[in-house]
Amino acid sequence: MSGEASTDVADIKFGMLHLTPRSLRALRVIPTIMVGLIVAFAVLWILFLADRSWTVKTSAGAAIEEPGEFLVTLLDGLTFAGLLFVVASGFTLIFGLMRTVNMAHGAMFLLAAYVGIQLQQTMVGKSRNIESAEVSMFAWVVPLLVGATVVAVLGVVMQQLFLRWNQGQDLRQAIITIAVSVVLADQMLLQFGGLAKKMVWPGSVVHFFEILGQRYAFSRIFMLGIAIVVGIALWLWLNKTRMGMVIRAGVDDEEMVRALGINVAVVFGITFFVGSFLAGMGGAMGASFAGAAPGTDGQWLLNSLIVVIIGGLGSIKGAVAGSVLFGMVTAFSPAYLPSAYTFYSIIFTLGTLAIVLAVRPNGLFGRAE
Amino acid sequence: MSDSVLRVDGLCAGYGASQVLENLSFEMGQEAVCIVGRNGMGKTTLCKTLMGFLQPSAGAITFGGSRIDGLSPDRIARRGLAYIPQGRRLFPSLTVDEHLEMLAKGTRGKRWTPAAVYELFPRLAERRQNGGAELSGGEQQMLAVGRALLLNGKLILMDEPSEGLAPTIVDTLIEVVHRLVEEGTAVLVVEQNLRAATSMATRQLVMVSGQIEIETTSHELSDDADLQRQYLGVDA
Repeated sequence: MSGEASTDVADIKFGMLHLTPRSLRALRVIPTIMVGLIVAFAVLWILFLADRSWTVKTSAGAAIEEPGEFLVTLLDGLTFAGLLFVVASGFTLIFGLMRTVNMAHGAMFLLAAYVGIQLQQTMVGKSRNIESAEVSMFAWVVPLLVGATVVAVLGVVMQQLFLRWNQGQDLRQAIITIAVSVVLADQMLLQFGGLAKKMVWPGSVVHFFEILGQRYAFSRIFMLGIAIVVGIALWLWLNKTRMGMVIRAGVDDEEMVRALGINVAVVFGITFFVGSFLAGMGGAMGASFAGAAPGTDGQWLLNSLIVVIIGGLGSIKGAVAGSVLFGMVTAFSPAYLPSAYTFYSIIFTLGTLAIVLAVRPNGLFGRAE
Repeated sequence: MSDSVLRVDGLCAGYGASQVLENLSFEMGQEAVCIVGRNGMGKTTLCKTLMGFLQPSAGAITFGGSRIDGLSPDRIARRGLAYIPQGRRLFPSLTVDEHLEMLAKGTRGKRWTPAAVYELFPRLAERRQNGGAELSGGEQQMLAVGRALLLNGKLILMDEPSEGLAPTIVDTLIEVVHRLVEEGTAVLVVEQNLRAATSMATRQLVMVSGQIEIETTSHELSDDADLQRQYLGVDA
């Protein structure tokens, strides 16, 4: 099945198998129908069937019974999607232009988180038990920006020192960036220890508001707000500036961009800066949202990979779609699985990935290579 | 011939062990020149080598008085060698306007600005907001020409510009080439289409097996059926 699914109709041969474009297209309907049925059942279950007296117990009730619980789950998914987007958009930006799978993206995330935490502690003047009330907006934003800038510079240095010589050699670049992430992980363990640390949200965003009878943390909405601002800024940069046009042109055909007299090396450097900066911003946000510890780096590399593979490598639109889908599945699967089976919810994330790839082999917004 | 714009001496280049260009030499001034030849004679390889995508294994390329062999493609382009590749190679993600806008920096006050390109090709102005992939073949070629013009270069290198175009569009293209030469830009065209080649330039260089075999004129080439059959595989 993967054989015919991974092709872009028309011009690919199948050895013994004779499949015309028409029969290929017909075959492709099968996964689409299956996915349609699965999604339809999930929607019906969440809206009407879950946790009713005559069905199975789940931790959140069906939407028509418990609209508040449904809304909270929805918001959980959306706000987590915001954080996913900030991190994954950086990853996809770098991949889109340079075809570099930056395996150090997670390490950048964690390093920025640690730098942010350290700086926040210095600014507040306490190294433990910091209360939100003691943290001003300034003492949150500055550590975030400094942490992100540090890893952005580090990203450019890594690109200039190691990657630019291996442009176009995907495997070498992947191995180099894995090496960098291993070295960074070790050094971070030495510098920042093995215990989980947390960056503290500023007091002004730490409060709850009431929505359909449920309390909801404003800090999560704040996180989503930052993600939306980042998304708009990225969109404006890529669509309304000359640099953005050059980057999009470079994604399409880098050689042609060079033939037009544009020094792509500079564009690559800038893109690596922005991509790593986004990983760093995500790191500081993630450290406030869920903390930072050894292992967080690998987890966020995996998160980025899943988002961009769902959305389509190299596509910012895809990063939005992938983040929302991944965020929703992460939020809804534990809330609406039968209570005895919630620990299986993690499978659903990877299941989503498999389903998306079955229907759209290049991801939702990906292009065939 | 006026001052030399491009001079190629004993150029050798190829892919790995297979040598495609063998001791190729020619010189051109501020004029239009066509390089004609059958498929597989190394015409596109020559373009790629001139643009710096392929490093020559021997020989020299002198452009505007200085050596450009060994430079990177973006440097060569900034020296004033503008490239219109085979198959246009527009950017599918960019609109017509963005194709020109991304190169508009530094064109102010020069001969070719996005506005001047729209003036040359009014059809493009109507399609400003369309994506590169939504254009007809002719419009795509106009955009590829316009994009190259924005470099305000000394020499425009066209690889198979008439390929896949309707005859009326080819006529427009021929007219543009004449106009460019009149305005002082040199044009080097690599062509397989005999009519297009002979209408664009008087000087015709015939390429065979990676070398310039003979030089002839458009009149001789269009009148001499034997010549055509021998070098272009055309049965007139």
